[in-house]
Amino acid sequence: MKRMINLTPAPPARVFLALLPFVLLVLLYMVSSDARLAENPNDKLLPGLGQIADTIERSAFEPSKRSGQYLFWVDTASSLTRLGLGVLIAATLGLLIGLFTGAMPVLTAGLSPLLTVISLVPPLALLPILFIVFGLGELSKVVLIAVGITPFIARDMQRATQEIPREQLVKAQTLGANTSQIMVRVLLPQVLPRLIDSVRLAMGAGWLFLIASEAVAATDGLGYRIFLVRRYMAMDLILPYVAWITLLAFLFDVLLRSANRRLFKWHQPEAN
Amino acid sequence: MKRLSLLLFTLVFSANLAAADKFKVCWSIYVGWMPWGYGADQGIVDKWADKYGIEIEVVQINDYIESINQYSAGGFDACTMTNMDALTIPAAGGLDSTALVVGDFSNGNDGVVLKGKKSLADIKGQSVNLVELSVSHYLLARGLDSVGLAESDLTVVNTSDADMVAAYTTDDVTAVATWNPLLNEIVGMPDSYKVFDSSQIPGEIIDLLVINTETLAANPALGKALVGAWYEIMGAMQGDSGVAARTAMGQASGTDLAGYDAQLASTEMFYTPDAALALTNSEQLRKTMQYVAEFSFKHGLLGDGAPDAGVIGIEMPAGTFGDESNIKFRFDPSYMQMAADGKL
Repeated sequence: MKRMINLTPAPPARVFLALLPFVLLVLLYMVSSDARLAENPNDKLLPGLGQIADTIERSAFEPSKRSGQYLFWVDTASSLTRLGLGVLIAATLGLLIGLFTGAMPVLTAGLSPLLTVISLVPPLALLPILFIVFGLGELSKVVLIAVGITPFIARDMQRATQEIPREQLVKAQTLGANTSQIMVRVLLPQVLPRLIDSVRLAMGAGWLFLIASEAVAATDGLGYRIFLVRRYMAMDLILPYVAWITLLAFLFDVLLRSANRRLFKWHQPEAN
Repeated sequence: MKRLSLLLFTLVFSANLAAADKFKVCWSIYVGWMPWGYGADQGIVDKWADKYGIEIEVVQINDYIESINQYSAGGFDACTMTNMDALTIPAAGGLDSTALVVGDFSNGNDGVVLKGKKSLADIKGQSVNLVELSVSHYLLARGLDSVGLAESDLTVVNTSDADMVAAYTTDDVTAVATWNPLLNEIVGMPDSYKVFDSSQIPGEIIDLLVINTETLAANPALGKALVGAWYEIMGAMQGDSGVAARTAMGQASGTDLAGYDAQLASTEMFYTPDAALALTNSEQLRKTMQYVAEFSFKHGLLGDGAPDAGVIGIEMPAGTFGDESNIKFRFDPSYMQMAADGKL
């Protein structure tokens, strides 16, 4: 008999096994939802799939009765703008800080301990301070995301820079390169792919900070809507929003991964 | 084997029996609901539960909305909430609920504050920070009615109550609608004017103890024990002899006797069942619930598929508002009447 660790599922079986938990979860949901709805047809906790579909249609494909906007898309657009700006700022800052502190021992000595300490401050605890300093508008939401993930990216970039073999730097110097040439031509091309990986990992935290900031004060956004309708337990809206956020997060991940593959062909582990 | 199954059967059966006599009540921190915490601490609730041979567990929940959601999901048999939230959360969710105790109404505890402006009409065109869809939002809508404005004349910014005071200290926040103790804190800041408060719509924001109608029908003892305990606590917190009780309640809500008394001053507590009955049985309650239902309907709180504000029937002593075949929210004066008649 084959040992368990040597049993490899054939490709069709693999697809089946991958889908199985999802199907089971949906089934479990439908059974529990039916049970609750049989007892109370107006139950809001576990709405039926038909009810959820109706709500999605209303919020995504019909203009809202009060504001005339397509709420679902308005929410998505403003949340993605905030997240996009926040992550862009964090990635830029993180790259610069990481590259400089990683490449120059003087800066490492001066800034590294500070960076470590800053990265240990829980950003959500800073939320009240951010709101007082930056106001309640868009700025403070973007700042929270940026503040939240910059230290992580910066430390990762720093490490990536330091991991580049010393020999390469020596070689570049024997060819007459100066510091800025080494940073642009030797370090940057090798660190950029790592930046994208780092951003992929930081996206999860980015979403967390986005939703937290929208829960505090906002007029639109995915997190805003969830926290607003939570007031009357509209699970038929909350569940699709959660699924949508998950899907968006997944799409970003795929996008970043393929961007990494296309933009930085020289840095693919398969290629080595 | 047979004996084992018999034993199991007895155990399961008796466990069920015991479960039917055990009830859970939840409450959250608010001036009008502190008495529940005090009554539980002092054993007053237990005493009344014992009298009727049942067990009542009183649980404090830190987040108000979470407590209502827990109640709506069936985790608790009764819970404290306002008349508006009782309509829009459990009742709109199909859970038939009854207002067992009408405890008080907000008489200045909720207000609208402007920075640097002294009249409500100046709110036009401003951004107003408030907890959207809460009683603050309702109060603002009623205030706007009174000066001929509509919500479309301003921008509502949903702001968490926990961050309201901090938000107000920033420059871009110029108007807020909130409740006590946050309201007092904000009004106390320089250049801040309270331009509208709930004393201008007396009796419209009512604090209740809401109970699952089915549970109440099956267990009248629970209703009697809770109402009996409530009015004993009410008696214990009044006047000079109630200083100790009010001090305890003040401390439990994070302030002191003076702070708690200040909040009580802007709350019309119904210390006697007669006072509560006067509001419950009044025609005014029907009008209030109609306003509340219309506000809720306009903001989509009764469900997007609701045809009109009367989709959920509200049964009141003065008559029913809305759909009589879909009554999900009731004001039941009978238990408070028993207390008034001394029959508990």
